[in-house]
Amino acid sequence: MSNPVLRVQDLAVNFCSHTGGFLRRKERVLRAVNGISFELHASETLGIVGESGSGKSTLARAILGLIKPSRGRVMWLGENLTELEEEALRQKRKEIQIVFQDPVASLNPRMTAGDIISEPLWTFYPNMAGLQVEERTRGMMKMVGLLPNQINRYPHEFSGGQCQRIGIARALVLNPRLVICDEPVSALDVSIQAQIINLLKDLQKKLGLALIFVAHDLSVVKHISDRVMVMYMGCSMEVSQRDALYRRPLHPYTSALMKSVPIPDPKLAAKARQDRWLTGDMPSPYNPPRGCIFHTRCPYKVKRCEADVPALRRMENGDWVACHRAEDLDLSI
Amino acid sequence: MALLEVRDLRVQFETPEGVVQAVNGIDFQVESGETLAIVGESGAGKSQLVMAIMGLLAENGSASGEADFKGRDLMKMPPKELNKIRGCEIAMIFQDPMTSLNPFLTIEKQMTEVVMHHQGLRKQEARAHAVEMLRAVRIPDPEERVKQYPHEYSGGMRQRVMIAMGLLCEPDLLIADEPSTALDVTVQAQITQLVGELRDKSNMSVILITHDMAVVAEVCDRIIVMYAGEMVETGTVDDIFYRPRHPYTQGLLASVPRLDRLSDDELHAIPGNPPNLLDLPSGCRFRDRCSMAREVCFGVPPLQVQENGCMSRCFIDMNNGEFLPAESKGVEENAGEDSK
Ligand SMILES: Nc1ncnc2c1ncn2[C@@H]1O[C@H](COP(=O)(O)OP(=O)(O)OP(=O)(O)O)[C@@H](O)[C@H]1O
Ligand SMILES: Nc1ncnc2c1ncn2[C@@H]1O[C@H](COP(=O)(O)OP(=O)(O)OP(=O)(O)O)[C@@H](O)[C@H]1O
Ligand code: SF4
Ligand code: SF4
Ligand SMILES: [Mg+2]
Ligand SMILES: [Mg+2]
Repeated sequence: MSNPVLRVQDLAVNFCSHTGGFLRRKERVLRAVNGISFELHASETLGIVGESGSGKSTLARAILGLIKPSRGRVMWLGENLTELEEEALRQKRKEIQIVFQDPVASLNPRMTAGDIISEPLWTFYPNMAGLQVEERTRGMMKMVGLLPNQINRYPHEFSGGQCQRIGIARALVLNPRLVICDEPVSALDVSIQAQIINLLKDLQKKLGLALIFVAHDLSVVKHISDRVMVMYMGCSMEVSQRDALYRRPLHPYTSALMKSVPIPDPKLAAKARQDRWLTGDMPSPYNPPRGCIFHTRCPYKVKRCEADVPALRRMENGDWVACHRAEDLDLSI
Repeated sequence: MALLEVRDLRVQFETPEGVVQAVNGIDFQVESGETLAIVGESGAGKSQLVMAIMGLLAENGSASGEADFKGRDLMKMPPKELNKIRGCEIAMIFQDPMTSLNPFLTIEKQMTEVVMHHQGLRKQEARAHAVEMLRAVRIPDPEERVKQYPHEYSGGMRQRVMIAMGLLCEPDLLIADEPSTALDVTVQAQITQLVGELRDKSNMSVILITHDMAVVAEVCDRIIVMYAGEMVETGTVDDIFYRPRHPYTQGLLASVPRLDRLSDDELHAIPGNPPNLLDLPSGCRFRDRCSMAREVCFGVPPLQVQENGCMSRCFIDMNNGEFLPAESKGVEENAGEDSK
């Protein structure tokens, strides 16, 4: 197999905050991302799922160098991005792009849709002819299902889903080699979701685009991913091939997430609600549980889980899991 | 009597390219204790519909129609009075949490101000109330977290703060616009439960704008389906899910990705794009994308109404699936003639 284009090694991000009064000052550390490793090949899609607050957006930002990691490396085509100077890192934007989670807030309100989408072109290809830039911009708008005659409108004149698509068009305009999509389709109706996902898959086939696709929705991730990483409180619980994961999750947390997915069918919805067992709250991230980080909510917990941290290890089929009992549990769906 | 009754609501925007017809004569009611879903394609006018009711349209926008809330017309209310109702009797959760939270104030400050202002609580009480509400929307460690700023929260957590703020005053009507950061499944289930409890306790009504058909299936009583500024179909949740009549609704349901079904790699999408609101086609607005379209669809499709309140705006007869004749009239036109 070819070499991976992206290799994330033991990446960690801590947020420190100070609490307590002037005299009893305490420093508290929130481990938002805690030792994540994975590889990604050209033309491959990695889905990342996990509950709200599990560190997905922070991981995405750290890979792009928008947050300084406290530990670890991000190897892009053999080069360590975490060691690059700002200017060198900025140059990498030609190759690596992000679609932000908060579509409206991430668009500059004083720029028109056309300016927002074409800005990367002006930045990286200052000699490109204006006509060509405009043509490309209109083409991008069409591709994501926006009307090219809206090119001179400002973000507040678009609907939520239209803003999200402006963000997607901007990320794709340079033909990047890696796009990190942070909940890119959550504000879109299912039909346009399908249109965007099919577009991304198409680009992947044509240009070998590598994708990281963050979503809370396991059914969307299922349609687009080759592999899926499941995160919980900053840690990776499982990294598996898509089909294997959806047929037989290895980690109790994955299985819990899967059982919690609401079903778009009023009659089945009531039953699904009963089957849902991922109850209890996520523990305080300032004071994470010892041992297995999931043990406070895990129905399969044994004595050992409270003391020993399960390492992320490779199973026979090549998938990765961090659970002491992965071999003896059968969590088939 | 309905808690909210909206009649012939229209919204338009002036732009340099012309007039955008965003909402085109919508009628609906919300009963006390009811949860109404508004679904439909991106750009269909869902957000602007509620923004108009709340008096929050952008400067280039204008609205007409009636919106009776507990017997008073919100559309004619002076801004000051509307301001009082907003955030107290009617709470609104906006589509984009980051743009509606103040980045320079702590969550505590933003939340306590709401209750101190509307309910006259003292600071200590307001703080306790805020922390309780954060706990109810499952923010871990609420005593500490309440002191933080919005940027220190994750996208989903900000969304939950918005929900907590919306529920603080125990409103009669909660309007929740599709969170751009959809909530993850576990939190969603817990919040659904919380909203349900409030509904039972204080008979709160909810208008939920969403793309997530699974949430609709789980929590809503009735559904309005919008397309290009019009209501194309409405009915109970069971009617819409099991007996969708309008071709757009049928396409919408067919494109929902499902975990409990085998995956085909290509997701089903309704082909084509919604019409240009600057230059709407005559006749049925869905015609260009409708696989059922016929010659008659160049005429204006009638709004058919059944006894149980189900409606469909289409030439296909709701009762037997046959095409209606071109000169068919819907309730609107008939009602118009009655009054003449
Ligand atoms: N200030 C404005 N000026 C011009 N057009 C506008 C303005 N605000 C909204 N629109 C247009 O009005 C239409 C309806 O917008 P609205 O925000 O109601 O859509 P929506 O149904 O909420 O879509 P979404 O699901 O994407 O949020 C859209 O086509 C949008 O581009
Ligand atoms: N700038 C920051 N300062 C302090 N804490 C932060 C900051 N950014 C994120 N956090 C915290 O880090 C944790 C992970 O946040 P992150 O945004 O990565 O979550 P997420 O998995 O993307 O969640 P969601 O699904 O809600 O978007 C959260 O507890 C969050 O409050
Ligand atoms: S290690 Fe133990 S507590 Fe953790 S997921 Fe596995 S069985 Fe559950
Ligand atoms: S009126 Fe005609 S074109 Fe419109 S939805 Fe019905 S069948 Fe399709
Ligand atoms: Mg996030
Ligand atoms: Mg909207």
